[in-house]
Amino acid sequence: MRNFDYQRAGDVAEATALHGNDHSADFIAGGTNLIDMVKLDIMRPERLVDVNRLPLTGIESLDDGRLKIGALVTNTDLAYHERVLADYPVLSEAILTGASTQLRNVATTAGNVMQRTRCPYFRNPARPCNKREPGSGCGALEGINRNHAVLGTSDQCIAVHPSDMCVGMQALGATLTIEGPGGTRDIPFEDYHLLPGDTPEREHDLNDGELITHVTLDAPIDGARGHYLKLRDRMSYEFALASCAAVVALDGDAIREARIALGGVGTKPWRSHEAEAALSGQPATEETFQKAAEAAMAGAVAHRDNAFKIPLAKQAIVRALATVTAQS
Amino acid sequence: MTESIIGHRTTRIDGELKLTGKADYAADHNLLGQVYGYPVPSTIARGRLVGLDLEAARQSPGVIEIIHRGNFPALQHSDNNPACGSEGRLFHSPNTMAEQNKVGEARLPFEDDGIHYEGQYIAMVIADTFEHARAAARLVTARYEEEKAVPGLFQTDDEGEEAGDEAVSRGDPEGAFESAPVKFDHTYTIAMETHVAMEMHASIAYWDGDRLTVYESTQGVVFQRNAMAQIFGIPPEKVTVIAHYIGSGFGSKLFMWPHAVITAVAAKMVGRPVKTVLSRQQNFCSAGNRPASRQRIRMAADRDGRLKSIRHDSQNETSFVDAYTESVGSGTPRVYACDNVSVSQRRVEVNHGTPTSMRAPGEVSGSVALEIAMDEMAIELGMDPLELRRRNFAERDPSADLPWSGNHLRECWDDASRRFGWEKRNPEIGSMRDGHEIIGWGMADATWEAMRSHCKARVELRADGKVQVACGTQDIGTGTYTIVAQTASELTGVPIERIEVKLGDSTLPAGPLSGGSMATATVLPAVAGATRDAIEQLKQLAIADGAPFEGKKADALTFESGALSDGNRTLSFAELLDKLQRGMAEGEASAAPGDEQDKFSFRSFGAHFVEIRWDPGISRLRVSRVVSTIDIGRAINPLTARNQVEGAIVMGMGMGMFEETEYDPAGNIYNNNYADYIVPVHADIPDIEVELLDNPDFNFNEFGARGVGEIGITGMAAAISNAVYHATGKRIRDMPIKIADLIAS
Repeated sequence: MRNFDYQRAGDVAEATALHGNDHSADFIAGGTNLIDMVKLDIMRPERLVDVNRLPLTGIESLDDGRLKIGALVTNTDLAYHERVLADYPVLSEAILTGASTQLRNVATTAGNVMQRTRCPYFRNPARPCNKREPGSGCGALEGINRNHAVLGTSDQCIAVHPSDMCVGMQALGATLTIEGPGGTRDIPFEDYHLLPGDTPEREHDLNDGELITHVTLDAPIDGARGHYLKLRDRMSYEFALASCAAVVALDGDAIREARIALGGVGTKPWRSHEAEAALSGQPATEETFQKAAEAAMAGAVAHRDNAFKIPLAKQAIVRALATVTAQS
Repeated sequence: MTESIIGHRTTRIDGELKLTGKADYAADHNLLGQVYGYPVPSTIARGRLVGLDLEAARQSPGVIEIIHRGNFPALQHSDNNPACGSEGRLFHSPNTMAEQNKVGEARLPFEDDGIHYEGQYIAMVIADTFEHARAAARLVTARYEEEKAVPGLFQTDDEGEEAGDEAVSRGDPEGAFESAPVKFDHTYTIAMETHVAMEMHASIAYWDGDRLTVYESTQGVVFQRNAMAQIFGIPPEKVTVIAHYIGSGFGSKLFMWPHAVITAVAAKMVGRPVKTVLSRQQNFCSAGNRPASRQRIRMAADRDGRLKSIRHDSQNETSFVDAYTESVGSGTPRVYACDNVSVSQRRVEVNHGTPTSMRAPGEVSGSVALEIAMDEMAIELGMDPLELRRRNFAERDPSADLPWSGNHLRECWDDASRRFGWEKRNPEIGSMRDGHEIIGWGMADATWEAMRSHCKARVELRADGKVQVACGTQDIGTGTYTIVAQTASELTGVPIERIEVKLGDSTLPAGPLSGGSMATATVLPAVAGATRDAIEQLKQLAIADGAPFEGKKADALTFESGALSDGNRTLSFAELLDKLQRGMAEGEASAAPGDEQDKFSFRSFGAHFVEIRWDPGISRLRVSRVVSTIDIGRAINPLTARNQVEGAIVMGMGMGMFEETEYDPAGNIYNNNYADYIVPVHADIPDIEVELLDNPDFNFNEFGARGVGEIGITGMAAAISNAVYHATGKRIRDMPIKIADLIAS
């Protein structure tokens, strides 16, 4: 760990002003990801702006049915919030499959949106990584890539996005509110995380000095049920090998509306419109679910060690759909 | 006391210290003037170090010194054990057990400019704080001439070098194989594992003139003392190694690693105490591992299931800087009755840090292959796997022509299979279902050799009414403090609350390594001898001129419940010592294995029965139930003994389903942390029902205990694999079992 300066902001305006346009500054909230990476010497901020005192810890039900979540709401508080449990159970389940209780107690909503990949080549400064050091190469392409992405990859980067929470949000639909030197702007959650392409170092649509202040979930789909299924080697405390957030509203035995998002397989929290199209208006049967799974993974590209993720993700989709459409 | 405390479930006497944070682990010590070491690891796996740029690190805040090849003491090439100090030079410590000074890696730090594995030390920064040392270490840059690495056993065609002393042969294994009606030839592999003990390796060293003191997280204070003395060329009396508490070691802390040598040299160079705590990442590189192994088993039987031939040929990884032999086949000639057996072992050099013992070294790896092979043989024969084992029960040790001191494997089978409900097993593959899940039942035998070593101990009966026991062994978390206290309490009748136990200090009477499941059988007889000697010394004091029992014969006095009596008068030892104006009566003893070793074969046996659940729809494999019965002779403390077996079973799950230290094609370690190196977590751990039989083995020692640390892990991974076969029909011979092995794509 290298020395850095530390400043504490009292409100959003002060936070963005303190940060300024400074590429070597970072915001810190829960710190569960940032401090880890500073210790690994893969992030070397010269200045940290602490945003923990900002008044962004509330969860507010809006008149249009949406749910506005402050950036500093902890994962634990969000997962157990009564509106989330009642209207967005897929999000609660997704959050509670991630990390550990201790981490969730300090990890924040916006911090989780900003969570960076667990790719071991990214996390080791001695190894090449185009995301960490553009142009240095990708260690994972020719190395061990069992945990890596099969969707949204490029020849520059196959790092998988690690978040569970974001997969839940991706399925539910949400809007990020961002405050910065240029004022306030909203951006659809789905557009926020970027595919690696030729610029894997650009992970999201956030400029220096900008700060996420809120995540606002879309109004719940009428009559929908949700489920998050996470598959991994062990039963807890491991990132997903494949996961599926499914939100489905039935009309009799037919699927009126479905949302499918995937974790553990994509370079970003992966919304599968292809799977949703395959489900829409179809009978809620295993055959339909299989078609949706095939559609979701049609574009998947495997590398040396991660071919099993393609059938595994299909299984996650099929089982999540079977669970969420089972008549109770 | 009327009830024996030996064999009684006794809570750990050091439990409160641990719960309250008062137990002093190595890195907890902070010495006056202490500075900090942080190592700089090689970032390549193989090649030559051609340059180090230290300037930026030297300019970094708080840096005091940087230790590297350029300023490190040179190696003194000498085959002679140095009798006295040799200015500015270091000696090799051997990689044998004979002199009780074995080290983990014989190569000295910075000994040559070769890079033999990623994470090999190329420098160590000494600074005023841990943070400054770490920050500066990150500023050191190295130039290498890189060579193509051998990333692991499974990525090389090298056959390796034969470890001749591992070879065993009896009968005519080849001929018997050829003529047998049922036979197969299969290859099994086990991935490299890392110990990942919760407590990091840590070393604090300081010199007082020519005397060296080291606080180390070690499983052997005496071994490390001797190794330090050998390396520095000073008498062992000038070295003290202290390890009061150890946050587990699983073998990785048996033998000293290079960080301790650098730290001791650094302390000498800067003239201050130096503390080095390895990072978790560094723990993966240079503090031992269970090497990957490849095993070929050729097994043959007659149609009645009697084994006719076993050939067990194994390879294990070693490093390029030491020769480590994993005795993979060591259990194979002993467990089952078979007249024609051969075993061989080869070492293959790879660019990893030197392997070392890891819980049940050798035998657990061998047991995986052998016990899967037994299951395969049962399938070939159409026979129940338990019945096949019954038909091959060894009435005597087939490898030594000696009777077992106690082989209660049949009772283990009976007890565990009954509790598990094995008779309800439908042998048809995939026949047992529950909802989405297919249930598989598998079993395997467990076994571990019973060993004893030399030990000394001292016992003091003190005027304050306390009994103090001292022994230069250590408690690595298994409960040694407690069983030593139980033993002294048993023999003195003094309640355990008034027994003080001192361990983990090399200035105490020399005790054994905490390893090989031998601490209990080694230490307790010495403690008992010293306790009896102390009582005898007390009697001699009591009958001396002017003493309360003057004129009596010593053997006419009895000692019960902490009091001496001649039948008329009874005095507690505290009262007696008070009257005598003596501080204590002191006894000493040493104990060692005797001629019983020539009369019996000592080995523990057990059986695991495992239920797995396989959900093919989501490729999820779980262990849902483990029932094990183990015979370890007498369990001195059934509470901590059961704890050992349960922990070992969980570790066996890790071996079977999760654990794999991965090296990428460049020879660089991939998963060097708790998030990426997968071990079972609580949510993976099922109901584990352990029964310890109580068959004291008095041939082995007066307490009848054979030790318990290792046996629980043996056979576990095989039992899981066998259960997976029962559920899925897929025979997995490569550990750990992975989702990719089972998924129906």
